[in-house]
Amino acid sequence: MDTDRDTLIDLYLRMVRIRTFEEQAGKLQEAGKVPGALHLYVGEEAVASGVMSHLSNEDQITSTHRGHGHLVAKGGDFKKMFAELYGRETGYCRGKGGSMHISDLDLGMLGANGIVGAGPPIAIGAAFSNKYRKTRNVTCCFFGDGASNEGTFHEAANMAALYRLPVVFVCENNGFGEFTRQERHQAIQDIADRASGYGMPGVVVDGMDVMAVYEAAGEAIERARRGEGPTLLECKTYRFFDHVGVRGMGVVYRDDSEVIEWRKRDPLVLFEARLLEMNTASAGELQQLRERVLFEVEEAIAFAEASPFPADSALLEDVYTVTGG
Amino acid sequence: MPELRYRDALREALREELIRDDRVFLMGEDIGAYGGSYAVTRGLLDEFGRDRVIDTPIAESGIVGAGIGAAMAGMRPMVELMTINFSFLALDQIVNSAAKLHYMSNGQINVPLVIRMASGGGSQLGATHSHSLEGLYAHFPGLRVVCPSTPADAKGLLKRAFRDENTTIFIEHTALYGMRGEVPDDPDYLIEFGKANVLREGTDVTIVGYSGSTWQAVRAADMLEEQEGISAEVIDLRCLRPLDIDTVIASVKKTNRAVVVEDDWQFGGFAGEISAQLMEQAFDWLDAPVARVCGKDVPLPYNRNLEFAALPSEEDVVEAVLAML
Ligand SMILES: Cc1ncc(C[n+]2csc(CCOP(=O)(O)OP(=O)(O)O)c2C)c(N)n1
Repeated sequence: MDTDRDTLIDLYLRMVRIRTFEEQAGKLQEAGKVPGALHLYVGEEAVASGVMSHLSNEDQITSTHRGHGHLVAKGGDFKKMFAELYGRETGYCRGKGGSMHISDLDLGMLGANGIVGAGPPIAIGAAFSNKYRKTRNVTCCFFGDGASNEGTFHEAANMAALYRLPVVFVCENNGFGEFTRQERHQAIQDIADRASGYGMPGVVVDGMDVMAVYEAAGEAIERARRGEGPTLLECKTYRFFDHVGVRGMGVVYRDDSEVIEWRKRDPLVLFEARLLEMNTASAGELQQLRERVLFEVEEAIAFAEASPFPADSALLEDVYTVTGG
Repeated sequence: MPELRYRDALREALREELIRDDRVFLMGEDIGAYGGSYAVTRGLLDEFGRDRVIDTPIAESGIVGAGIGAAMAGMRPMVELMTINFSFLALDQIVNSAAKLHYMSNGQINVPLVIRMASGGGSQLGATHSHSLEGLYAHFPGLRVVCPSTPADAKGLLKRAFRDENTTIFIEHTALYGMRGEVPDDPDYLIEFGKANVLREGTDVTIVGYSGSTWQAVRAADMLEEQEGISAEVIDLRCLRPLDIDTVIASVKKTNRAVVVEDDWQFGGFAGEISAQLMEQAFDWLDAPVARVCGKDVPLPYNRNLEFAALPSEEDVVEAVLAML
């Protein structure tokens, strides 16, 4: 293992930040404080974290309806995120977007998207601009196993390979599209198999192992930066919570025993054990780090709750941009 | 007569049609094992099996196209698209094939397909999930566009759609799924297309609605009577295509004033069509310009206050009536 300590701690921190954000967001929804539909990322943290630690703010991502984890891993501001979930003036989108529509262009986050499969075509457009301007920046496109059946993914994959675009398609295969199991929505097991049909490499990686994701994503991203074109990176993962909201157990579409099995491979627990084993950090240090993150999250929630709602006048603003006519 | 909820009335219609005609089958995302996003198809998989109640991948264009092909080949498919917002991924199949094939083929091809979808905002899901765009589909010649506002209509109109040789866009309202009402249990209970329903008689003003907005019209009529002593007639269009303008005209000849209410955007919308037809066919009977009470000209915001401000309310209808009297 030649990954340096800072990188390892950074990976852990990203995962902790996602987990803490999502658990608190889920609690707030259950308490009736946060409205709308929250698609939580708990269980899938290793994917966003392993990919994002290779990216700078000039590298872009496209996200999904399940987008909090992507934004947090990309450096999203807890305060603006919670304020958005609360529908407040101080939120990322001034309360107009909500959980499924947060974006932050300063971080290269081109947007969560409530439409399944909307991301891949947008991602290749951003990748095209990077190639055109010779920036060496890459675009990572996150999407689910369910989304891999939308035509938009196939159209984008074909063009990405055709034009050798600097894009990495990161498929978060959590085994379900809403309540439909993968085996009932596609005839293949490895979505990465689809890559060869478009002329790009397809890689399968254990999405519960942040180091595995980190390494595989690193190669794909480097390849894109070198101008060698796109990669389809399939991360096998699992969502511990429900499709929407928290309750993930006692549901009709999957057995509790399956959830329990996957939870044994909780990406955070696995990685924590590894850090301790490698003496990267002590249990106390990791504990301290988790407490610091929880404190930050609590501060952000307090900020959101103290923030005003947007004024009625906000309703009609921003339908069109006023700059440049 | 049994009392059913709107969603149960829809299910009863589907069930009866599945029993009546073995060419009928249902396709859609999560309609089988899960029972549908709005629980309309719950139990039908168990009763009719996987050949007739089919869970599909997330592929709106693909499943609508498959519905069209099956209909052309002699089947009677129903495709469920979760919400009208997601139907845009299938817009090409609907507009360029379903609506046009009969005409383009000089009457050789029929597409007896039922496409169900939900519309309506108010649940803080943001702009990709909340729109009501019935008027958009009404724009296309070749489609039937049906929007029931009561459980009985839901059943009678849906059953009628299965007997039609053309494609029916069947649009349900999310706020109505839980509504209860008396529903005939006659398996041949059909409601003719193109017959508006006068829900309440009145003499001073005609308020026209459809789908969810029908109930805003009714509540506004109650308020007008109680607070102002104004007698409003309320018409539920039920179908936008074919459109029963005659019932609206007959009413306006009596009341000399009309207000049209819809959740959809006003600009280029269906209320404009009603007012134009009234102007063309009942100009001499109108004592005031036809008023339109519609959704504000913005993508629906997430924040609760803004979302409610963006949607038409019964108070808006009352205000419009008072302004014209
Ligand atoms: C075009 C479209 N169709 C359907 C939906 C409803 N929907 C929201 S999430 C989802 C499942 C997506 O599954 P997947 O891509 O595997 O992502 P996951 O939820 O598992 O993260 C569906 C069908 C939608 N939002 N957009």
